[in-house]
Amino acid sequence: MANKPIVDFETIKKDLSNNPKPIQVLNENAEIVDQKTFDSFSDDDLVEFMKKMVWERALHEQTMNFSRQGRMGFYAPTEGEEASEMGTVLAMKKQDYLLPAYRDVPQLIQHGATVTEAYLWSRGHVVGNKYEARAMMPQIIIGAAYDEAAGVALGLKKNKEDAIAFTYTGDGGTSQGDSYEGMNFAGAYQAPALFIVQNNGFAISTPRHKQTAAPTLAQKAVAAGIPSVQVDGMDILACYKVAKAAREYITAGNGPVMIETLTYRYGAHSSAGDDPTRYRTEEETKPWFDKDPLIRLRKVLEDKGLWSDEDEEKLVDEYKASFKDAIKEADAVEPDTVPAMLKRTFEVPTPEIQAEIEKFEEKESK
Amino acid sequence: MAKKTYIKAITDALDIVLDEDPKTLIFGEDVGKNGGVFRTTQGLQEKYGEDRVFDTPLAESGILGMATGLGVTGWRPIPEIQFMGFSFEAIDQIVGQQARMRFRFDGKQTSPVTIRTPYGGGTHTAEMHADNLENYFTGTPGLRVVMPSNPYDAKGLLISSVENNDPVLFMENLKLYRSMKDDIPDGKYTVPLDKANVSREGTDITIVAYGAEVNEALKVAEKLADEKISVEVIDLRTVSPIDTETIFKSIEKTHKVVVVQEAQKMAGVGAQVASAISENAIMSLDAPIGRVAAPNSVYPFAQAEDIWIPGADEIEEKVKEILNY
Repeated sequence: MANKPIVDFETIKKDLSNNPKPIQVLNENAEIVDQKTFDSFSDDDLVEFMKKMVWERALHEQTMNFSRQGRMGFYAPTEGEEASEMGTVLAMKKQDYLLPAYRDVPQLIQHGATVTEAYLWSRGHVVGNKYEARAMMPQIIIGAAYDEAAGVALGLKKNKEDAIAFTYTGDGGTSQGDSYEGMNFAGAYQAPALFIVQNNGFAISTPRHKQTAAPTLAQKAVAAGIPSVQVDGMDILACYKVAKAAREYITAGNGPVMIETLTYRYGAHSSAGDDPTRYRTEEETKPWFDKDPLIRLRKVLEDKGLWSDEDEEKLVDEYKASFKDAIKEADAVEPDTVPAMLKRTFEVPTPEIQAEIEKFEEKESK
Repeated sequence: MAKKTYIKAITDALDIVLDEDPKTLIFGEDVGKNGGVFRTTQGLQEKYGEDRVFDTPLAESGILGMATGLGVTGWRPIPEIQFMGFSFEAIDQIVGQQARMRFRFDGKQTSPVTIRTPYGGGTHTAEMHADNLENYFTGTPGLRVVMPSNPYDAKGLLISSVENNDPVLFMENLKLYRSMKDDIPDGKYTVPLDKANVSREGTDITIVAYGAEVNEALKVAEKLADEKISVEVIDLRTVSPIDTETIFKSIEKTHKVVVVQEAQKMAGVGAQVASAISENAIMSLDAPIGRVAAPNSVYPFAQAEDIWIPGADEIEEKVKEILNY
């Protein structure tokens, strides 16, 4: 008798790669691949999506300019990720709670922080975190936001609010155990959380294929009992529709959802000296530039006579002028002080901190 | 007033805060139906329902991350970490997230979280169950660390911790859980989070201790009283912040001090106390600062705990050494 193994692991492994194609409405050639969904958007919707992406790209360009002039602190470039970031965040409602990571500053602004506050955050000024929006500050520990999102979502559910938690991490973030713990907790309590993984290909220099043997990152939610989907992260129409559908599904009381957007970071990891030519070639990056989310929607709008180069230039100038105003406003904010830092460490300063406050106040008054 | 164990005193406090504040939530591994592995939360799920007292998946970072998220949506979480050795799994949420929340947002968002966790040696547990880990947390601005030495304080300090709007790490001594009984008032009372307690007054020497070591120090004081030596015992109650004023006041009178901890000696609470005395009150002393602490080895496996944990004998020896200086 042939020595047949009790289990065929090879087949099981191959089956892991049998996943649906990423959801797309507009393909990389700006062809409509899902006419029904496309037709659900009005012309105004399409123009609005384009404006948001032009805004994010202008924000990126102007902020990187400020950075080169030495006027910014830590800032993570967002070029290439406009469809993924704007498409998903536009599905948010004001009452929703946002837990962004450090590359998600544009979403934080869309959710209610001002550009001035974002710039102050980048410079490392506490005033940048005092926005009206319901949101955490951009998370540096990339898995931690997922743990916290489960708690925020459970809190919103217990409050019986018509609100959900939106949280973002990246491909690297899915390797941190916390991202699994967060999804697992949200699943266990059927808490209203939307977990978004922006798979932009790299965790600083480490490529996606070195992060995990999982064929998709969306699959990582499956183990927690959470429905998940891949979406073309360069297609804002698909990103928006999927995020909106997820929000509706979640608010209907069905528990959390995870979305993996397939996108690309055109530039460096951060403004602090990362050089992408050390770890990727032009050959690798070129195909992604061809999939650019702005090119794609621009072509559709131009074909419909809804958009022109002049419209766009005018908008870019307008946006950039507003960012220049914002940085001037940030310049005018008084610097932080040691007594102020000590005072916000505890609600009621401990005796030791109180003594330090007095010491530093005396020093400053001299 | 009734005689109650340390553990019942904690259950009492939890019952009171659940009853008083509808925003309080208790959660952790096995805290619901099972009432906690030590029965600290026994009966609370039955009384307050599964919405307020509930079990969690087995993941400490998830538990405390959830606490952080619940805290910013208006809830007052009281998570349990089943044994303090498991807190390493969640150290980012404690030190990296909760303790920084008020600072980050200038008070716009806070982390009113009280993390309860048992620690402490002498009960022959498995590894990672008994270590005294306060040293890892006392250096964290924005976090309070509370270590009650008796049932009365345990109840009053826990109520204060929950009512405090900043994160508190509330460390419950495993050995004292069932070995110690006190007369405890039935209703609500609080013990402040920044005041040490003079547990016994004396005039010849001061012993500064916290947690289970306070009881060892009191045994020594009792014994030495027979030898006409008058020992003052200070129970820190909270190791962050440390109430140095009470210590300075005491050594002005006694001129001698021994600082006792169950944790390893390196960079610990005892070192902080000794440093504060050296910096601010050294002229009160007429002898060196004595220290009693555990050896700087890894926490011992259960069989060797008895020879490792500093007890009354070591304290007595050090007190006599300083007295005879």
